[in-house]
Amino acid sequence: MKRRKFDLAAVPGKTAKGLDERLQVATPLRGLLNKVFPDHWSFLLGEIALFSFIVLLLSGVFLTLFFDPSMKEIAYDGAYPALRGTEMSTAYASSLDLSFEVRGGLFMRQMHHWAALLFMASMIVHMARVFFTGAFRKPREANWIIGIALFLLGFLAGFTGYSLPDDGLSGTGLRIASAIMLSIPVVGTWVSASIFGGEFPGELIIGRFYIAHVLLIPGGLLALISVHLGLVFKQKHTQWPGPGRTNSNVVGERMFPRYALKQGGFFMAVFGVISLMAGLFQINPIWLFGPYRASEVSSASQPDWYVMFMDGLVRLMPAWEITLPIGEGYVIPPLFWPAVVGLGALFTVPMMYPFIEARRMKDNKSHHLLQRPRDAPERTGVGAMAFTFFVIATISGGNDVIADKFHISLNAMTWGGRIGLVILPPLAYWLAVRICLGLQQHDREVLAHGVETGIIKRAPDGRFYEVHQPLGPVDDHGHPLPLDYAGWVVPKKMNRLGALAPAVKGFFFPVEKPAEAPVSPGMPPVTAREEREEITSGR
Amino acid sequence: MTSDTPAGRRFRVFNRRRSAPSRMRRRLGAAARMLAALALAGGVYTAFAPGAFAEDTPQLSASAQEGKALFDNSCISCHGRNAEGVEGRGPSLIGVGAASVEFQVGTGRMPMTRQEAQAEQKPPQFDKAQTKQMGQYIQELGGGPEIPSGDLTMSLEENPEALAAGGELFRINCTSCHGFGGGGGALSSGKYAPSLHDATTEEIYAAMLTGPQNMPVFGDNQLTPEQKREIITYVKMQLQEDKDPGGLFNLGRYGPVTEGVAIFIVGITILVFAALWIAGKS
Repeated sequence: MKRRKFDLAAVPGKTAKGLDERLQVATPLRGLLNKVFPDHWSFLLGEIALFSFIVLLLSGVFLTLFFDPSMKEIAYDGAYPALRGTEMSTAYASSLDLSFEVRGGLFMRQMHHWAALLFMASMIVHMARVFFTGAFRKPREANWIIGIALFLLGFLAGFTGYSLPDDGLSGTGLRIASAIMLSIPVVGTWVSASIFGGEFPGELIIGRFYIAHVLLIPGGLLALISVHLGLVFKQKHTQWPGPGRTNSNVVGERMFPRYALKQGGFFMAVFGVISLMAGLFQINPIWLFGPYRASEVSSASQPDWYVMFMDGLVRLMPAWEITLPIGEGYVIPPLFWPAVVGLGALFTVPMMYPFIEARRMKDNKSHHLLQRPRDAPERTGVGAMAFTFFVIATISGGNDVIADKFHISLNAMTWGGRIGLVILPPLAYWLAVRICLGLQQHDREVLAHGVETGIIKRAPDGRFYEVHQPLGPVDDHGHPLPLDYAGWVVPKKMNRLGALAPAVKGFFFPVEKPAEAPVSPGMPPVTAREEREEITSGR
Repeated sequence: MTSDTPAGRRFRVFNRRRSAPSRMRRRLGAAARMLAALALAGGVYTAFAPGAFAEDTPQLSASAQEGKALFDNSCISCHGRNAEGVEGRGPSLIGVGAASVEFQVGTGRMPMTRQEAQAEQKPPQFDKAQTKQMGQYIQELGGGPEIPSGDLTMSLEENPEALAAGGELFRINCTSCHGFGGGGGALSSGKYAPSLHDATTEEIYAAMLTGPQNMPVFGDNQLTPEQKREIITYVKMQLQEDKDPGGLFNLGRYGPVTEGVAIFIVGITILVFAALWIAGKS
């Protein structure tokens, strides 16, 4: 019997054929793999969040293998000498063991924490990109709302995770959370009692937060992320305007192989940066905090950065206590306004923003092309306002550390925050709108008169002109005919028009084909230098 | 000055004259009585008053006298003559003890640059010997707490529990101002708790004992000398010499504030550049 020759090169094809014969996947898969994604660096910011979520899942699973979410009091007898013999909860002791006795445990813990910070940070950056470019407009309002819900879920995941090790800082955070619950009128005490199973801290909270942190919230995150990505697939990604790009097409790269390879590489980069930070930067040194005791509170007890804005608002809130004359006097504590009302408003108002803007602009059309921030000055202004508000609130959340390290009076920081929170956001709005209008005007100027060449020409009568390079056709006098703004970068330097031959391939931006930069179609690139001197002044 | 009888005249010396004595005599008499009264009062006082055995200036030891000279040069403008204090400028130093002087002068906090919320640590103006002399002067002037001699930390071989006990005491008593990592923290209106990262054992002990600047006093009945040594052991062995197992950079152990700064400055920055790079490769 003749042995068949084994053809290695035919194996993938045969396997694929076999699969398709059984499952009929070729047709749908072809559509999927050929799906085109527009390419721009700012479209990768959301991916950072996605990839850090994957790192969170992987490192989190590792941590669950060793963590014991029990509040049973034991005397610590582990590897860390400075706590040996101290009474503490099993949760804290197992976190210490995880840090000091499990091989690679501390690294994994730090990786999990850094990935969490990166998850939230990249969400904010991604959200800013979506907001400032108008990517949330119809038909993508649902995805915008899901995005904010994802931030809220991430916020809860972060807070429950922060509480789990049951160290001094966790307990302080829980105490504040319980105070916030208690501040809610009428239902506050019931809310707190049902979550903590009685008085704070009780003996249940770590177990409850554990199941929320490892099952419920990640489940919700996973579901919402799937819907988020599914909607991006279904509705297609937005793209920047440019040559050949319209509201009804998508110009970009196919999902397979190039886009998938790039994404794979970027995932490795995110994974690498998180690992690097986990190895280099110490985060959340729980062994220094000690076990939680209600009587021990360290200075500089802060939540993680994405909760800090709320802490800041609480710190800035004046002590206005409202006493209602019901019964023996019903008190609404000042904490209620920033922590419950403020937080609620800060999550719901942004959710409504796409509808508010559409209503204001009377805009019911679907938009698949992005807008440059300068082309929507009011939106950019609102974004700058919100950003300023968030930054001031966040800084105020750490105002004691900042006051101490920069030798500023803490009282001055608090008052600065209070005044800044009222004055600076409108100022930021005004400034952003003015900058946008200025940039728009400059774009229009260049379109009307051409690019400044830097060449000064002297007329026979002694007057000086600067020679402008028109971007389009000129009239009989050599004056450029006005061009329409296309919603994309207007070249403003001669080099962008190909006046200088490209020397090197750019590291960050491709400069191989600068002559193909979005020049208006009517005019060939700049001609030779001698001829250019004959061009008359644009004005 | 007239008399009727010879007898009267004979006893004239002993009898009061009817007529007013001459001006001269009056003056002489008054002077004599005054002298007698003074001698009497002075004698009684000399005989009974304890001051007879006190000297008008305390007898200072040689080093205290050196200290007094330094004090009179550098401290007197605010703390006054004999360290009695000057209203609105500096408190009296009677009873603060050598421990206080050695802490305040030894860490450069005194002499103060200007009147402000809190004297800042700076390079000391006096060397160790001079500081000791000034401490000696204040000690001899009014007494007060002193830094005990000998080792202020505990040996972990003999007392293995000292570290954990010190940590517990540190978290109860110290972290509310100095922070869990001993990095210091803000107090109200420009006051602050300084970092403990380069504090010596003597400085920590003296600070607990005397409560310098805005720190409360932890007297020996609040924290026993034993407990003070435990706290110092924790600060020294754990906070100052701990090699931060979590990585090369401990971010100052200031907690989530610096961690939040790091994730943006390091993580987000690197990844945005990575995104620029990857998207640029088309």
